[in-house]
Amino acid sequence: MKEQKRKTTPFRIKLLASILLLLIVFLLAMKLGAAHTSWRDVWLSFTGSKQQSALILKEIRMPREIGALAVGAALAVSGAIMQGMTRNPLADPGLLGLTAGANAALAITLALVPAVNYFGIMIACFIGSAVGALLVFGIASAKRGGFAPIRLVLAGAAVSTFLFAIAEGVGLYFKISKDVSMWTAGGLIGTAWGQLQVIVPVILAGIFIAILLSRQLTLLSLNEEVAIGLGQNTFKVKVILFLIIILLAGAAVALVGNLAFVGLMIPHIVRAIVGTDYRFIIPVSVVIGGSFMLLADILGRTLQAPFETPVAALIAIIGLPFFLVIVRKGGRAFS
Amino acid sequence: MVRLYTEDLQISYDDRLIVKGLSVQIPDQKVTAIIGANGCGKSTFLKAVTRLIPHQAGKVVLDGGNIAKQNTKKLAQKMAILPQTQEAASGLTVGELVSYGRFPYQNAMGRLTTHDTEVIDWALEVTNTSEYKYRQVDALSGGQRQRVWIAMALAQETDIIFLDEPTTYLDMAHQLEVLELLQKLNIEQQRTIVMVLHDLNQAARFADFIVAMKDGEIIRAGICEEVIQPDILRQVFRIDAEIGIDPRTGKPLCITYDLHKGDNRK
Repeated sequence: MKEQKRKTTPFRIKLLASILLLLIVFLLAMKLGAAHTSWRDVWLSFTGSKQQSALILKEIRMPREIGALAVGAALAVSGAIMQGMTRNPLADPGLLGLTAGANAALAITLALVPAVNYFGIMIACFIGSAVGALLVFGIASAKRGGFAPIRLVLAGAAVSTFLFAIAEGVGLYFKISKDVSMWTAGGLIGTAWGQLQVIVPVILAGIFIAILLSRQLTLLSLNEEVAIGLGQNTFKVKVILFLIIILLAGAAVALVGNLAFVGLMIPHIVRAIVGTDYRFIIPVSVVIGGSFMLLADILGRTLQAPFETPVAALIAIIGLPFFLVIVRKGGRAFS
Repeated sequence: MVRLYTEDLQISYDDRLIVKGLSVQIPDQKVTAIIGANGCGKSTFLKAVTRLIPHQAGKVVLDGGNIAKQNTKKLAQKMAILPQTQEAASGLTVGELVSYGRFPYQNAMGRLTTHDTEVIDWALEVTNTSEYKYRQVDALSGGQRQRVWIAMALAQETDIIFLDEPTTYLDMAHQLEVLELLQKLNIEQQRTIVMVLHDLNQAARFADFIVAMKDGEIIRAGICEEVIQPDILRQVFRIDAEIGIDPRTGKPLCITYDLHKGDNRK
């Protein structure tokens, strides 16, 4: 009877429902928080009112929530692409060395060019995440069968530890540990419009190209020989997809620093809703990933207000058991 | 001149030479079977001919051009390949999977035209899989799943269809079903079928042309009466075979066989 159900709930409805969820979560995120905020203030912050409470919301909370949305979407989509490309259910930019690489590059850049702007930080993050990914895949491919899910994750853990050590070392040596950790452990605190103006367009572009290539990704995720047989230029497609992963993961790090498990969890949750065709997975991952980060941020801000609970820690608490379930089920969980 | 032939084709994995200078012409609008023992390079040969893997020397020519230099999407409009192991298509429905067979004709947006939908429905119908259209591929039995993958290859609307051991893991009735479907496509629509088969008698019964391989080389290529012969089978499979005539089809039939006792190993 499953097929009947699949047929009667069209994708469009599922997408609309998830967008509705995103809107609700976004409004809640705008309202809930340390300062007392009324729905009226939230409304006024959207309409460009000059009232002070509305201005505070607009300048402090709104960019932060848009940042959360963008980061959640970016990580979810890059995780989905990684899982499809490598046919590895455990793939995640945080677990396979990308965020650690971006992190190290960020530290090095802050050490060498202290006055670097957002754009420079972002470029450094792109390069860093590319290096991290290449290191992990390089180590894994040194041995036959190295792309087995768990082996990749192990290589990712080793490379990440190494890259974090580099970031630490650079921070200590140049006495910029505080600046570095402000970026990498700061999460969404202090996200400003200026930062978003640089980074969000990159994330949007990455998501747009990912949606265009989603059919190709489904083919690739089925079987590479089938993809070639159907006339896909698999080399070209893989290179472009790799670049999108780097863009999205790097941009996410440039905004919030290290964040593992979002890219792992969201695609699995989305598969449970829309199946395994990436034409459906990618757009819904954008929406669910964004909603998830918004929720995590609400929790982070309200759990022990007025103090912040680090979002990365909150997500890791949910993410780790999730990871273990997927490992245990051999990747078939939620799909 | 045939549309598809290879010339001095050499294929190696790592440093090991698997296929050694293979030249063969694939007859148009016929059913060709490639046979040989495990590890003789027959699957490797099929993959190289369909550009799934690269070849190191020689060439594969389709319609006068080397396939290595042709646009891969254009090639996919001329030949379809069904690889041996289809990984789980977890979550895709039969209809979705088969619609990917239209991929070579689509642009980036991937909208299905009326013609696309017609071809997909036709492919489902001839493979007897229409009733599963909205079911998940993974929920099907082995025989049903194999027919669905064949439907996807058919949806590609190509003149040439390659299949790598299409009957593996199927029981006897389902093996026959698949082979009869291919035969029907060949007879009614003049499609060229090229397949790797491991069952001698199936090759003899369904193929117009048989290529017998050993150690990356062709021992004999010809019509089945020429190839299904005791001395060739001894070389190719190391068996002493008793060949008779199938009373129903009139084709050669390997009635019984023993391991060849003499030292015929290289």
